[in-house]
Amino acid sequence: MSSKSYLGAAVAALLSHSFNASAANDADLQAIREQIQQLKQSYEQRITQLEQRLQQAEASGKNAERSAAQAQSQAQAAAPQQAGRPATGSENSFNPAVSLILSGNYGRLKQDPAIPATGFAMDANPGHQQGFNLGESELSISANIDPDYRGVATLALLPAGGMSVENAYVQSSVPGNGFNLRFGRFFSGLGYLNEQHAHAWDFADQPLVYASLWNNQLGEDGIQLKWLAPTNMFAEIGAELGRGRGFPGTDRAKNGNGASMLFAHLGDDIGIEHSWRAGASLHQTRRENARSNSVPDLHNTPGGASNSFSGDSRTAGLDMVWKYSPNGNIRERYVKVQGEYFRRKESGLLAYDIGTPPAAGGPITDSYAVTQSGWYLQSVYQFMPAWRTGLRYDRLDPGIATVGARNTGNVIGDYAFKPSRVTWMADYSPSEFSRLRLQLARDNSRQGRADNQIFLQYIMSLGAHGAHQY
Amino acid sequence: MNKILCILLLSLLGSNAHAALDVFACEPEWAALTQQLAGNQASIYTATGALQDPHRVEARPSLIAKARRANLVVCTGAELEAAWLPVVLRESGNRAVQPGSSGYFEAAQQVAMLEVPARLDRAEGDIHAAGNPHIQTDARNFLPIADALSKRLIQLDPANGAFYRQQLNAFNQQWRAALQKWEKQAAPLRGMPILVQHKGFPYLSNWLGLKEVAELEPKPGMEPSAAYLGTVLNGLQQHPARMVLRAAYQEARPSEWIAERAHITAVIVPYTVGGTPQAIDLFTMFDDTIQRLLAGLK
Repeated sequence: MSSKSYLGAAVAALLSHSFNASAANDADLQAIREQIQQLKQSYEQRITQLEQRLQQAEASGKNAERSAAQAQSQAQAAAPQQAGRPATGSENSFNPAVSLILSGNYGRLKQDPAIPATGFAMDANPGHQQGFNLGESELSISANIDPDYRGVATLALLPAGGMSVENAYVQSSVPGNGFNLRFGRFFSGLGYLNEQHAHAWDFADQPLVYASLWNNQLGEDGIQLKWLAPTNMFAEIGAELGRGRGFPGTDRAKNGNGASMLFAHLGDDIGIEHSWRAGASLHQTRRENARSNSVPDLHNTPGGASNSFSGDSRTAGLDMVWKYSPNGNIRERYVKVQGEYFRRKESGLLAYDIGTPPAAGGPITDSYAVTQSGWYLQSVYQFMPAWRTGLRYDRLDPGIATVGARNTGNVIGDYAFKPSRVTWMADYSPSEFSRLRLQLARDNSRQGRADNQIFLQYIMSLGAHGAHQY
Repeated sequence: MNKILCILLLSLLGSNAHAALDVFACEPEWAALTQQLAGNQASIYTATGALQDPHRVEARPSLIAKARRANLVVCTGAELEAAWLPVVLRESGNRAVQPGSSGYFEAAQQVAMLEVPARLDRAEGDIHAAGNPHIQTDARNFLPIADALSKRLIQLDPANGAFYRQQLNAFNQQWRAALQKWEKQAAPLRGMPILVQHKGFPYLSNWLGLKEVAELEPKPGMEPSAAYLGTVLNGLQQHPARMVLRAAYQEARPSEWIAERAHITAVIVPYTVGGTPQAIDLFTMFDDTIQRLLAGLK
């Protein structure tokens, strides 16, 4: 076929869709009819409610049980004539859905959790907490704003007091045709785990690669647009533009775009028992004066040196998840296997030892480029209702940095060590709304400081319990 | 690349060609009812299987993709699908099937709900504010639902209005005849005391006059512990039951544990179309339910 015939096919496709659009005028008429119908129904419903109350009051007489049963069967018989009640499918009745997650940990670690993974001292390294601590308690409020917009806010309750805004975004499907628009503060759509809230994690902590490369989770202030293809198989692409608030961004208060993200997902079922999703993501940001403290150097400076990096940061990632459940009944038993890989290239200028003033031989600036990567593979098995166990393997590669001549005697280019960790967990969920977890880890992420870690965790969810993502 | 583009365009064009309506049914019973009412005018996708717990389904990518193409979503409602459907509909980016629009149909809106909780408290377990959502176990409920669903089909596809009306009339006639037959067959079951594994049968009990003595779950949605089953077993001495009922998707162990010790029959009911090999459509689903209950009496 020539390219002209493709064009023809494309035009035909567009036309067939615009014909469908002409039905929208009729839809307006229908909407008015529906509104009238709803008005009518709401009055009828109030009357039936009053009638029911009357019946109930009568029922509370002598033969309470018998007359109640009668009333119930009368109501049942009257069902065909009864008008519809107001929609109960929405998650609220005008008030926003409020959900509170109470979560806390007990951590027992041998090594100081503040020490970063070897070779990743210039990255984010959210450490664990020792002893009893209030983990990821969060308050979430969501509701439809009007027919076009839905708002979601998630506030994290900080253990030391105060709050931080984890999510605050508006979602809209106004563009229709598979488009989904989101703006405000949201978790980026990268990878598989990034969008999941802490209470939905299968382990008490994030994989090392998320901790080091994304500071656990990449949150962004910006705008996200996704498009779902009208195909039988799930195929979605998305793009984000943001301020670059979350690591590795450097939160610039400037005009324009601080970070951008592209992602694509494919997914489907295989029979009724298997399902899967795979994805790829690309992230790009410009880092400005990204400061890192206590970075080990070639002089063995006590406490390390403080460095500053400015340059480009590009990350590519692959993610996949596969789930299996006998008969597709996840209440009874299921297996979930997931893995993700990220690779980040950074190149720019590194200022070594910014703590020392120029008069005393101060910051030494030269080029710096490094490629770091990491992956994890984990599996969770629900072997009977309410009980699950899981195993995870983590690995990081700090890469070998290309350091400019002026800094070759200062900055460590090759750590010759690859951090890794093995984690096992078991959890018990007495109901859909509560979970108790034990987690053991052999953490080999810091050279010469292997650590055996024990965590106990509770996750409780109060109030409206929103649906979870896949 | 050109080939891929061509296939994509063809699939875009092709999607409208075969049937007038693309229907996304949350549970097999609504897929079966839509099939009865729309015949070959609808291409129907069923989101859950008969052996899946409809409370616990994941918002799988395949469901989102199917909802994206749907003209009509037919579900139970009453929060039965609260754990997955909101995400599926939101992520689908399909304006036509959002709650409140004409492409979104809730069966529970059409019937009188039972067990509407007087006290909305999670200490009561996994309860639903709108009442017990397992409405499909009372065959009488299908008449008002069919009526409303047929109206919705006509609204969405007026060109085939006459056909849908004809299908509805045929269904109503057959269903009324079947109702008489079932109620006659089930007459020996009236007043029979039963145990239920999950609070999933109030509509069935209300219809056939079964008397629920106790549930095996301590609270709806919570797994029964051995200790709790022991209490239920002791309670049977005061209020004996003839059989213990569970839906096909539910785990066998609790029912079998108690059936063995109390010397009663454990009865599996199909619960939805496909739950048992005999339940191949709505009619055979109720045929089989009643046959299995009667067999439990012996």
